[in-house]
Amino acid sequence: MTTIVTDNCKRCRFTDCVMVCPVACFHGDDEMLYIDPEVCIDCSACIPTCPVEAIYEDPIPEDKQQWIQINEERAPELPLVTEKEDAYPGAEERQKELGF
Amino acid sequence: MSDLGTEQSPLRAAIVGSGPSGFYAAEALLKSKPVVLVDMFERLPSPFGLVRSGVAPDHPKLKEPILVYQRIAESPQFQLLGNVMVGHDISVEELKNFYHAVVFTCGAETDRSLAIPGENLLGSHTATEFVGWYNGHPDYRDQVFDLSHDTAVIIGQGNVAVDVCRILAKTVDELKHTDIAKHALEVLAQSKIRDIHMIGRRGPAQAKFTHSELRELGELADCDPVVDPNDLELGSASREEFADRRNRANMKSYEVMQGFASRPSPTRHRRCHLRFLRSPVELKGEERLERVVLMKNRLEGEPSQQVARATGELEELACGVLFRSIGYRGVAIAGVPFDERGGVFPNQEGRIIDGENVVPGLYVAGWIKRGPTGIIGTNRADSVATVKLLLEDLPNLDAGSKPGADEVRKLLKDRDIRVVSYADWQRIDAAEMQRGETAGKPREKFARVEEMLAMLDASG
Repeated sequence: MTTIVTDNCKRCRFTDCVMVCPVACFHGDDEMLYIDPEVCIDCSACIPTCPVEAIYEDPIPEDKQQWIQINEERAPELPLVTEKEDAYPGAEERQKELGF
Repeated sequence: MSDLGTEQSPLRAAIVGSGPSGFYAAEALLKSKPVVLVDMFERLPSPFGLVRSGVAPDHPKLKEPILVYQRIAESPQFQLLGNVMVGHDISVEELKNFYHAVVFTCGAETDRSLAIPGENLLGSHTATEFVGWYNGHPDYRDQVFDLSHDTAVIIGQGNVAVDVCRILAKTVDELKHTDIAKHALEVLAQSKIRDIHMIGRRGPAQAKFTHSELRELGELADCDPVVDPNDLELGSASREEFADRRNRANMKSYEVMQGFASRPSPTRHRRCHLRFLRSPVELKGEERLERVVLMKNRLEGEPSQQVARATGELEELACGVLFRSIGYRGVAIAGVPFDERGGVFPNQEGRIIDGENVVPGLYVAGWIKRGPTGIIGTNRADSVATVKLLLEDLPNLDAGSKPGADEVRKLLKDRDIRVVSYADWQRIDAAEMQRGETAGKPREKFARVEEMLAMLDASG
């Protein structure tokens, strides 16, 4: 089982997901969030909270497959994000642009 | 202005209940800027609520939030007062004298009833009883489940219903290396059940289980999932529901069901049947349950507001055992207002209210606040929201001297209550894991309170 954050998080970073993570598995850089697969329990709690549907679980679509490795590599080297933060300025426009 | 929440005068908070919402409330309090001391009350000697006794034994990953709770419990500002029942061993009125604030996170401990004739026949059970039994919860240790019949019926189509179905459907080999209670595995090993019917009042588009739980029913060693393709035909309102992205999780479940429906005829020893648009109206039997009478329903109403309406057409299904899993409700505690209809503590976003008025110092989070919806993680956001209000109220809380755990322990000692500390629990935990090791299981739970206490006394 795998759960990953993908490109829709970029320039949005709403961070609603981190509030419902029961095991604190979200890490972040300035751009977006990543899930540490070693810690994530694949409970799916975060998936419906993302306003831009950036989080995917199995079966991961073909065009999002590369994000499995990106999450796995980036998450452990970045600080944890466990509290809701302000979304990026312009996140709501970005959300509209993405069609949500 | 009081100095409550400083090193000299820490805020003393009691949390009642040690499940996910309790621990996430503790986490939020301990992380907060004011200095807070948290004492968590739990009626059992073992903490972690439904993560320990609700999550199915074959879902070990979903129990990993316990690792988070262990880290919270190891804070020097945290104490566990286990084996203490608030409202029985110590009153809520007394707690208010010991603490500045009390947060109730005691969950929804009982099942909703079907309210149909025959509901209490022998052989008719609640999912809670069965789940508690196979998970070694002391309240359900002596439940008796007669699995000598060939047909079992589960009323409800949520994730708990799927758990019950899967535990009934699995072979002993699929369960024996989990932390399932020994007494349950012994009974399940003798099970004669061949057909399991999971029955929902609405259609396949409205079923509440998640697609990942459902998918597992198609991956069992000796059980085939059975779905009648005719049952998957959707009305226009349900098709409209699927067109709405908010229902994409239901759509995924539906796709799993389509996969089940297109499978070749079942060949395995057991079958689990997903049945829709049916409501039980009566349980029949002489000495014990023999059959359930089902009313066929049709859906009526606008998309996302469809309700099941009886068609008047009845059918009977012979069965020897039935589990109802149609939702939970909370249990009242003396001294706290209770909403009988909702089965929750009445509250405004987490502040407990009595009629229109906020009751100072009393808070609520988790299922006892909002009802039994959401999963483990949902409670984190919920508890954080409650704690935020509590901290906003801090300047107005009764800042008088509140003695906290030390004085509570003295009072309970006078009442002959054996308080189980977190260090005590760690010894029980280690003993359970050791017991499990010999059986090739992650742990063998103590399923009786007396066994846990005897273990503590024996090892001094």
